[in-house]
Amino acid sequence: MELCDMPAWKLKELIRKGDISPEDILDSVFERIEEVERDLNSYITILKEEAYNQAKEIKARLQKGEDLPLGGIPIAIKDILCTKGIETTCASKILKGFYPPYDATVVERVKRAGAIIIGKTNLDEFAMGSSTENSAFGPTRNPWDRERVPGGSSGGSAAAVAAGETILALGSDTGGSVRQPAAFCGIVGLKPTYGLVSRYGLIAYASSLDQIGPMTKDVRDCALLLQVIAGKDEKDSTSLKVDLPNYLEACRHHDLSGIKIGIPREYISESLDPSVAEVMENSKRVFEKLGATVKEISLPHTEYALPTYYIIAPAEASSNLARYDGVQYGLRVKGKSLRDMYLETRTKGFGDEVKRRIMIGTYVLSAGYYDAFYLKALKVRRLVKADFDEAFKEVDYILTPTSPTPAFKLGEKIEDPILMYLSDVFTVPVNLAGICAISINGGFSKENLPIGIQLIGRALDEFGLLKIASAFETETELQGCRPFGR
Amino acid sequence: MQAFWEVSLLELKPVIGLEIHCQLLTKTKLFCSCPTDYVGREPNSIVCPVCLGLPGSLPVLNKEALKLALRTALALNCEILSKTRFHRKNYFYPDLPKAYQISQYDIPLGINGYLELNGKRIGIRRVHMEEDAGKLVHPTKTGRIEGAEYSLVDFNRCGVPLIEIVTEPDLSSPEEAKTFVMELRSLVQHIGVSDGNMEEGSLRCDANISISVNGKRGVKTEIKNMNSFRAIERALAYEIKRQTEIILSGGEVVQETRHWDDSKGITTSLRGKEEAHDYRYFPEPDLLPLIIDRELVEEIRRTMPELPKDRRERWKRDYGLGDYEVSVLSSSKALGDLFDACVREIGKPKEVSNWLQVEFLRIADECKLRIEESYFVIPYLKEVIELLEKGVVNNQVAKSVFEEAVKTRREPLDIVKAKGLEQVSDETAIRDIVKSVLSENQDAVQSYLSGKEKAFNFLLGQVMRATKGKANPSVVRKVLEEELKSLS
Repeated sequence: MELCDMPAWKLKELIRKGDISPEDILDSVFERIEEVERDLNSYITILKEEAYNQAKEIKARLQKGEDLPLGGIPIAIKDILCTKGIETTCASKILKGFYPPYDATVVERVKRAGAIIIGKTNLDEFAMGSSTENSAFGPTRNPWDRERVPGGSSGGSAAAVAAGETILALGSDTGGSVRQPAAFCGIVGLKPTYGLVSRYGLIAYASSLDQIGPMTKDVRDCALLLQVIAGKDEKDSTSLKVDLPNYLEACRHHDLSGIKIGIPREYISESLDPSVAEVMENSKRVFEKLGATVKEISLPHTEYALPTYYIIAPAEASSNLARYDGVQYGLRVKGKSLRDMYLETRTKGFGDEVKRRIMIGTYVLSAGYYDAFYLKALKVRRLVKADFDEAFKEVDYILTPTSPTPAFKLGEKIEDPILMYLSDVFTVPVNLAGICAISINGGFSKENLPIGIQLIGRALDEFGLLKIASAFETETELQGCRPFGR
Repeated sequence: MQAFWEVSLLELKPVIGLEIHCQLLTKTKLFCSCPTDYVGREPNSIVCPVCLGLPGSLPVLNKEALKLALRTALALNCEILSKTRFHRKNYFYPDLPKAYQISQYDIPLGINGYLELNGKRIGIRRVHMEEDAGKLVHPTKTGRIEGAEYSLVDFNRCGVPLIEIVTEPDLSSPEEAKTFVMELRSLVQHIGVSDGNMEEGSLRCDANISISVNGKRGVKTEIKNMNSFRAIERALAYEIKRQTEIILSGGEVVQETRHWDDSKGITTSLRGKEEAHDYRYFPEPDLLPLIIDRELVEEIRRTMPELPKDRRERWKRDYGLGDYEVSVLSSSKALGDLFDACVREIGKPKEVSNWLQVEFLRIADECKLRIEESYFVIPYLKEVIELLEKGVVNNQVAKSVFEEAVKTRREPLDIVKAKGLEQVSDETAIRDIVKSVLSENQDAVQSYLSGKEKAFNFLLGQVMRATKGKANPSVVRKVLEEELKSLS
């Protein structure tokens, strides 16, 4: 197996033993990039020279005996996270030329942990989309089938991890943007509990839903990366003060006896793709084999989650994206008046999906509509959360498909927003409730497309999620499957 | 058109409510750690990703600002809600880098308060916290936007903490509105939450005004751009006249926002009801709801500095000062502070009050002295009052010595000695001078003797002049009377 297809924890071992150096990993990763990037388009910015410079520095720090949890491991950063002095675009024309004067807290933390930032990955513009087709820099393609999408919005990060174009990646998840592309690309993606990871430096889409999450080749790497990025940050008022467990410990125990897992009946409808239904059946058996009991549960307000999300998220987005007015940074299209400048800049700078959500959001917050839409949506959000609270009285974890289908073809859903939105129907409720969930590979379709399963846990039970995900992964050995280099 | 007699039956009353913004005196901004002293700074020199609203940045509330806002709300007798929160007020303008202002909306920090104004309670509807915006700079001679080819933005003021104070429509005249703002300014200065400087914009005032007809509330207009106490009074007087004329001619006042043009002395329509902004308020998701700690509230209540009304009462009660004196001394916090400091040092509140109000204020005005920087006068005043009491100098000389001491920063006694200004009370010396004055002013003497009492004062003045003002006036008076009597 090539170095670029190996998980970080294994590479760490090899570095520690002196078998390889950080440069060797970079060589392997950049060779792969050279090979596949033209087809995949996972990256908006590649930082090859900077990466080798960082590698030298890290090597010196490692030689001094510094304990670096991610020492020498390449990481790709979704281009929605601010990186000091490195263009940060959100895959939008409107941020063209925006070089943040600061690092996002998570970027600062992975750097401090010794990770090497090798590039900024592609996404749906401002994280609005489920296929990475809404990018001003062209779509990213799925490494398992280049006719298909990698999912979105963190499609660049997912494709890069799966294809060996990086070892680790960071994504952001507002309604499924880490988990759904992880599922489509056969990797691991975690959406942490709201507040576990600082949002400082994450360019906001919907502030009350956004969370940054690890995207990795296996569960152990996910634990490793979460350990580095999680924890209170004074710069984010919504970040939580918690004592962090040792997440890697979660990957050592594989006995799930006594653990109760629920499958919500509302998630298993006839519209589910047969291959996904099959994977769900299989997964259920695996968990039972591992000692868990699996039972059917109900989350009665499931059908209202998606419409609720499409009121709250656009409402916050309409406000968060109002700052892109051509005054201070990014694109400015000159106009005859201030109003013209605003109109021209925003007309030319934003893509269709972003405009659609800004308009929806502006509408639902307008005088006379606020109560009927936004306020109502906040109430339904509480009901969705209450559903989970009830379910967690009965079971410890909830098992669902990550998405109703495997990766779909490019262009298949781009003309029909509602169809596209349905791709996130199983992931959105988790964001509304502010709890945590992980997507891992559950199997493959007949076309050899990976199919993700989602495990949902109580708020701040990332440890438990990692534990059962790790047990499943060890049992099935599915996570080792890579599209290339075998 | 209504007939004259119908009109004459109408009872018209102005109904005024105010919205006042004060900058809080914190060292750092409301949601970041940039300094707040933007006056005179190079543009965009005290900014950071947070106050610039750069993508990805997040606000963190300044606890000090919360304390000052609470202090204000408590001083205005407000009810403090146990849980409050911030909202986003969305609108586009180049000086607002996030395109929303973090403000408070449905649950402000304080509600239902009042401020007493000459025994009348003016209701305070709400007190809330918000962040300030930046400033546009227009490269024209006048600094106004008219004729500018482009505008520049200075973000230094962005994120400076403000409190907004909204009154009930309890004010009934321009004068009362002006007095209210002066009293409120005095309050915020006294409790140390704001410097209340209208010229520098750290205190800003908008008004809502309507005319009630026979007790029925009329349509209101909002008046903006009143940048001085005088402007408040003038703008409201103008607006009352304008609305009254509309009503008396049978027309209807239009609900709108109007702009006060201070140089023309008129208000003009800025935007109508239809063009009013829809701010699309919604709860700020980047900040958690704010739980107000009861203990903190009690501590702020306990440590509340003396309020202006308490200070005024103390001066009347303990020092026996009259209404007029008290009103002059409380015209600014700085003067009141200086007065209290003088009394602590010198005692004699009545004398000190007199000296400060008459002599000190005149000199300070003439020499452009800042009252805050005038504490050096205290020992001079103390000495001058002593010299006067001991009879070393007379009243007139004391005043000129005090003035010179303040201007030259020399000890009053030194000045008196150097210039030989000691009062002459020696009767023999004075009598010689009186005699010579009388002999030189025979006309005046004759006219006094023929019953014109005014001539006495003239002669007295001549004697004082001859002694260069140093003679003891009561001795002069006595000797002069005696000498004149001997002539009659």
